[in-house]
Amino acid sequence: MKPFEEIVAQHGPVVLRVCRAMLGPADAEDAWSETFLSALKAYPDLSHDANVEAWLVTIAHRKAIDSARARARRPVAVGELPERAGTLGRPEDWNGDLWAAVGALPERQRAAVAYHHLAGLPYQEVASIIGGNADAARRAAADGIKKLRETYAPAVTGAGEGNQ
Amino acid sequence: MITSEPEIEALLAPLTMDEDRVTARLHARLAAAAERDGVLDIAYRTLDTPVGTLLLAVTGQGLVKVAYGRQDHDQVLAELASAVSPRILRVPRRLDEASRQLGEYFEGRRTLFELPLDLRLASGFRRSVLAVLPGIGYGHTWSYAQVAAAAGNPRAVRAAGSACGANPLPIVVPCHRVVRSDGSPGGYVGGADVKRTLLGLESAA
Repeated sequence: MKPFEEIVAQHGPVVLRVCRAMLGPADAEDAWSETFLSALKAYPDLSHDANVEAWLVTIAHRKAIDSARARARRPVAVGELPERAGTLGRPEDWNGDLWAAVGALPERQRAAVAYHHLAGLPYQEVASIIGGNADAARRAAADGIKKLRETYAPAVTGAGEGNQ
Repeated sequence: MITSEPEIEALLAPLTMDEDRVTARLHARLAAAAERDGVLDIAYRTLDTPVGTLLLAVTGQGLVKVAYGRQDHDQVLAELASAVSPRILRVPRRLDEASRQLGEYFEGRRTLFELPLDLRLASGFRRSVLAVLPGIGYGHTWSYAQVAAAAGNPRAVRAAGSACGANPLPIVVPCHRVVRSDGSPGGYVGGADVKRTLLGLESAA
C-alpha cells in the first residue's frame, strides 16, 4: 500500500478540480480538505486493487453534495461563485463567466462533466458515483457540455484576446 | 486536464488554474487536521547533512526511522507503510527537534541525542542490541563481540553485526561506533565511507 503522501501528491490536483467544478473555487477548499481527511481515515482498509481516483472522487462527490445542501440552507447566499480572483493568485487566470456557466448547470450534468472530462473517469465509473447507467452518464455529460457551449463559449469564439 | 476531446479540453481549460499551489497549501491544512483527529500515524521529512540526504520519520511515540539516501527513500516509506501504517504525510515541522539535534551533532556540538525513540521496527535480539548501543560513549568504539556480550549473548557476534546493519535509527542509535575486533570499521548501513566520516567527526570534536 502506498504512503498516503503519494496519494495526495498524485490525486490532489484532480480532486481540487472536481471540487471546484461542483462548488466553485471558494467552497472547494473545504470540500477538498474534508475529502482527504475522510480518505486518510479510511485508507488502511481500502482494497488493494481499488481504483484510488474513483474512490476519492466518490468521497468528494458526497462532500460536495453535502456542502451544496448546507449552502442552500444558509439564509444569505454566500460563496455563490464570488469575485474571488484575489484569493486564487493570478487574476488574469480567473474566468468568472466560465465558473458561472459551470455553476449554473444542473447538479447531475455538472458532476458528469467534472468526473468524466475533468477527472478522466470512464462513464461506467461516473455512473456508479452519480447513479444511473453509463449511457445516462454519457448523456448528462453531453448535455452539460452543450449547455456550457450555449452559455459560455460564444463569449470567447474567435477571440484571440480580451477573453476575460 | 484529462479529457480526450480537444475542443472540450479547450473549453474547460480555464477551470484547471493554479492547482499545484493551492494543493500545496491544502496539504498543510490536511496535516494539521490529521494530527488533530489522531490519524497521522507517521510524519516524515528529508534533511540535508554532510553524509547526504537523510529521511527522518516519526510516530506518536518517537523517532521511528532514519534512512540514508542509498537506502532509497521511496522504498523506505513503502516499508514503513506496510510495517507501521500507510497513514503517512510529509510534515517537516514534526521533525524540527530531531533535525536540530542532528544539525548540532554534525557541527560537533552535540554528543548525545535526547529524543523519544520508537523501536518497533526491531524485535528480539536486535532490539536488545539497539538497547545497548547508546551506552557506547561519543568518540568511543566497541567490537561486535563486546556488543553481543552486552546484549546478553556473547556467542551471537554475527547476529550483533546484522542487528547493527538493520538498525532503523542510524546515527541517533550509534551503531557506527561498533567496529571489527582488529579495529577496522566494518560494514555500515550508510556505507563504509560514511562510517569513517562519523568516527572521524567524533574523534575530532
